[in-house]
Amino acid sequence: MSGWIDVCDAEDIDLEDVIRFDHGGRTFAVYRTLDGAVFATDGLCTHEKVHLADGLVMDDTIECPKHNGRFNYQTGAALRAPVCEALATYPARLRDGRIEIEVEQS
Amino acid sequence: MNAFSPQIKRDYSLDGPENRHAVEVGLASAEWYHSEVPRKVMKSLMRRSDEAADRDTVLWFLLLIFTGSATIALWGSWWVLPFLLGYGVLYGTACDSRWHECGHGTAFKTDWKNNAVYHIASFMVMRNPISWRWSHARHHTDTIIVGRDPEIVLMRPPEIAMAALKFIGVPDIFYELRTLARNAAGIITEAEKDYIPEAERPKAIYWARVHMAIYGAAVLLALVTWSILPLVLIGGPRIYGCWHMVMMGLLQHGGLAEDVLDHRLNSRTVLINPVSRFLYWNMNYHVEHHMFPMVPYHALPRLHALIKHDLPAPNPSIADAYGDLIYALVRQTREAGYTIRRALPPTAQPYCEEFHDTDGVPSRRAGK
Repeated sequence: MSGWIDVCDAEDIDLEDVIRFDHGGRTFAVYRTLDGAVFATDGLCTHEKVHLADGLVMDDTIECPKHNGRFNYQTGAALRAPVCEALATYPARLRDGRIEIEVEQS
Repeated sequence: MNAFSPQIKRDYSLDGPENRHAVEVGLASAEWYHSEVPRKVMKSLMRRSDEAADRDTVLWFLLLIFTGSATIALWGSWWVLPFLLGYGVLYGTACDSRWHECGHGTAFKTDWKNNAVYHIASFMVMRNPISWRWSHARHHTDTIIVGRDPEIVLMRPPEIAMAALKFIGVPDIFYELRTLARNAAGIITEAEKDYIPEAERPKAIYWARVHMAIYGAAVLLALVTWSILPLVLIGGPRIYGCWHMVMMGLLQHGGLAEDVLDHRLNSRTVLINPVSRFLYWNMNYHVEHHMFPMVPYHALPRLHALIKHDLPAPNPSIADAYGDLIYALVRQTREAGYTIRRALPPTAQPYCEEFHDTDGVPSRRAGK
């Protein structure tokens, strides 16, 4: 069963930036674009399980801080070696100034 | 005496028992210590720009064209020597740092520029651009973890004469040419398979064939013109111009700890002159680079200034660093477990000691 989970205030994430969000034993990366739209992906790089929230957001890509692999965080597509496997994405929305993501509840 | 005793040469192969050992004790793909840098500051350090790398790359190519043209024009005269030596270092040394930074994708903001310079530099340094990209990713995942890191240059006990030969490209060029030839023949070894994903292996074979075709054309041109000049300009600088690359490369991790999870224990920062920094693209800030590999080369001096309170003092010169390194290598010939351990300033966080093998015997623990 999936449900919307409250993450944080929108202002807690800078424009064109990312934060780590842990919930239910899982870790996510939650992004805010330059124009304020929000997105969510798995929190760990598919290459070596490094937290993407320590990486760099550039336009619609997130760069892993360890090996500089890149993903499109809006689609999850792997863009640059050494990442080959796509990143799981999750619906995200703004509601009354708060960011929410939709994930499977255990 | 156990398998990791200081008296026994360790097995640095990637498909041997040390690989399994590293995985079992939690040294593989582990979390590493890093100094604290506020997120906003780190973002400003990581920010990409084309400006510095455009300037440095245009200058690099112009210098290559100038010294290469002068070498051709003056070939046969003693006046060729300064230009030949300059061309050699610009080709056989500067290629390594360009390969490295563009491989990380941090030198330029525009990624096609990273990829273009990466491929040119890979050819110049005689490295398969695909397999070495993956090898270097592993080097960052498992830096100087025995059995895991494919880029450990100085193994213990050290073979000092072999290390000295590296300054004239021996045996590296034979090894690299043999590897390229093997890859070009469609063969990927078991060790290479340990770090190159299956989907990438055809690309490694393709680029090896491209490199070997260019070397073949250079050899053919040398035969047709009955002159060694084509090989002096293509491939040759990897012999007579690599000395600066090797000089700096040996300092990156030489004499320091193996099997630790703290780059302050296994990497070295050395303060060097501006010409060497241009050739080396600031990789002398090697602790900083390993701790934060997403910081571009042009921001490393700023990063160093921000975290030096948490790092051992850098060696103040190349000569000073070689004093440390040579002492360590000589001592390791009779005491393989010896490693340099530098004092931290009082402002630093203590070393992460869990795996520090100062006696050459890595501690063991249950898997993570």
